[in-house]
Amino acid sequence: MLDESPRFKDAVDKMVEHTQLSSWESVQLSRRLGRPGAMTFINLICDSFMELHGDRFYGDDPAMVGGIGLVDGQAVTFIGNRKGANLRENVRYNYGMSNPEGYRKALRLARQAEKFGRPIVCFIDTPGAYPGLGSEERGIGEAIAQNLKAFSTLKTPILVFIIGEGGSGGALGIGVGDKLYMLEHAVYSVITPEGFASILLRDPSKAAEAAEAMKMTAHHLREFGVIHDIIEEGSAEETAACIKAIIVRDLAVLCSKPHTHLVRYRIRKIRGIGEVSGIAKTWWKPLLGVFGKTESLS
Amino acid sequence: MAELCSVCGHTVTVDELRICPSCGHYFPLSPEQRIALIADEGSFVEMEGSMQSVNPISLAGYEEKLKESQKKSALTDAVTIGSCTIEGEAAIVAVMAFSFMGGSMGSVVGEKITQAILEGALNHCAVILFTASGGARMQEGIFSLMQMAKTASAAALLEETRTPLFIVLTNPTTGGVTASFAMLGDVILAEPGAVIGFAGPRVIEGTIGEQLPQGFQRAEFQLERGFVDAIVERKHLKKTLSFLIKTHKGREVSHVG
Repeated sequence: MLDESPRFKDAVDKMVEHTQLSSWESVQLSRRLGRPGAMTFINLICDSFMELHGDRFYGDDPAMVGGIGLVDGQAVTFIGNRKGANLRENVRYNYGMSNPEGYRKALRLARQAEKFGRPIVCFIDTPGAYPGLGSEERGIGEAIAQNLKAFSTLKTPILVFIIGEGGSGGALGIGVGDKLYMLEHAVYSVITPEGFASILLRDPSKAAEAAEAMKMTAHHLREFGVIHDIIEEGSAEETAACIKAIIVRDLAVLCSKPHTHLVRYRIRKIRGIGEVSGIAKTWWKPLLGVFGKTESLS
Repeated sequence: MAELCSVCGHTVTVDELRICPSCGHYFPLSPEQRIALIADEGSFVEMEGSMQSVNPISLAGYEEKLKESQKKSALTDAVTIGSCTIEGEAAIVAVMAFSFMGGSMGSVVGEKITQAILEGALNHCAVILFTASGGARMQEGIFSLMQMAKTASAAALLEETRTPLFIVLTNPTTGGVTASFAMLGDVILAEPGAVIGFAGPRVIEGTIGEQLPQGFQRAEFQLERGFVDAIVERKHLKKTLSFLIKTHKGREVSHVG
């Protein structure tokens, strides 16, 4: 996988060279074969990493990687969508599309992290959850729903990095956290541009047009206040170094905060996303007291 | 008034339960009809009735689409929320309307569902959500996706107060609604025959390259797979809900922080 990245870097340079990237070009870059994935970053960031398998109910989903790594000596639980670096790996990892057991493994490892006081780092890189028969039979909707609920009140810091494709509920299923970051050519959206084009524009060939209309690039998402910051992309090593620096910096702050403080801040942040008019009631903050008493919130 | 049944094709006259006398198909209920069916007469008080959608990603045509849907349905958006009593038991209810842009969840639906849940948490009052949705509202882009996290985090908060959340899945409930609050009930009920799933049937067929088995993703299938507690006929719904509220009183947990 690693030896693929210089070629990937060339492709990026070529596209960036002459002009500002269009949204559609970002979509293409975010999907490009050989783009550094979760495993590449985990290996470059950790002193050592141990993968942990299985959801303890049904099986192990290769499209979702999870385990414990040491980052400058600090134990961190890593969870990420896994794609392949080539066609054969892509098939093995189901193109990064998880079944319910992937989300349940993620939840098991997140609970384990909470229990042992480890922070969590998530890497998002998936076109979406797998829309197959077995996936539906085993409750893909229920699995994602449980993760959204559990991650929103998990009593340990959670950092989320969108490193490639952030596709819909399948991405959000490991995407609820305290801080969200995007690589500059990553995308994050409610549906693929192809899906948007075929449903709303009634023409699947208008994906490029859809990508622009959907406002799914890192720059748009920062403007919307959905993510905290954008990480510039260089070689896999350079990008990994940036991600690692952010992990170390953020964890130093977040790990020192009381858990109740973290959860209240996280819920308030999630609660604030959305644009409406004519709202009557916004008074609800005393409810956060269920997570324990804290000093004033920052 | 005679209506055409979309399943058996007969022209039939239905009563307030709105069930086809010919084939048993459940016609959709508007929020008003649903509330009349389960709430004690005159007990429903609507909340957030003037909340309206804006156009957060400035998508061409969305505002016109909203106006058109409002005109056609006489609703402000795809969910109605409020308080009521059910056989004397207090409840906060939310009723989604598939007739309004496919019951899709944008910022307004997410906010109103969240408010219904939080209102229940504040007052330690049972929350009942009737779902009917094709999923997230694509026209609101990333904001619609984030409503999944918002409603699910509200459910987490409700759980901390030991207040019950009851879900009634009606036809159809799919996509981002299934993958968020619809699957988070303490008790999950479904109407007979309702389609309940994450990916839509056509998307799955496109993935597997064959037709779906008969009854796939129907309420009866989901009951068998363990994702639904019970399938409840409309005529028993009010009685069932009041039974559930009575049996989930639990103990109150202080939320004053």
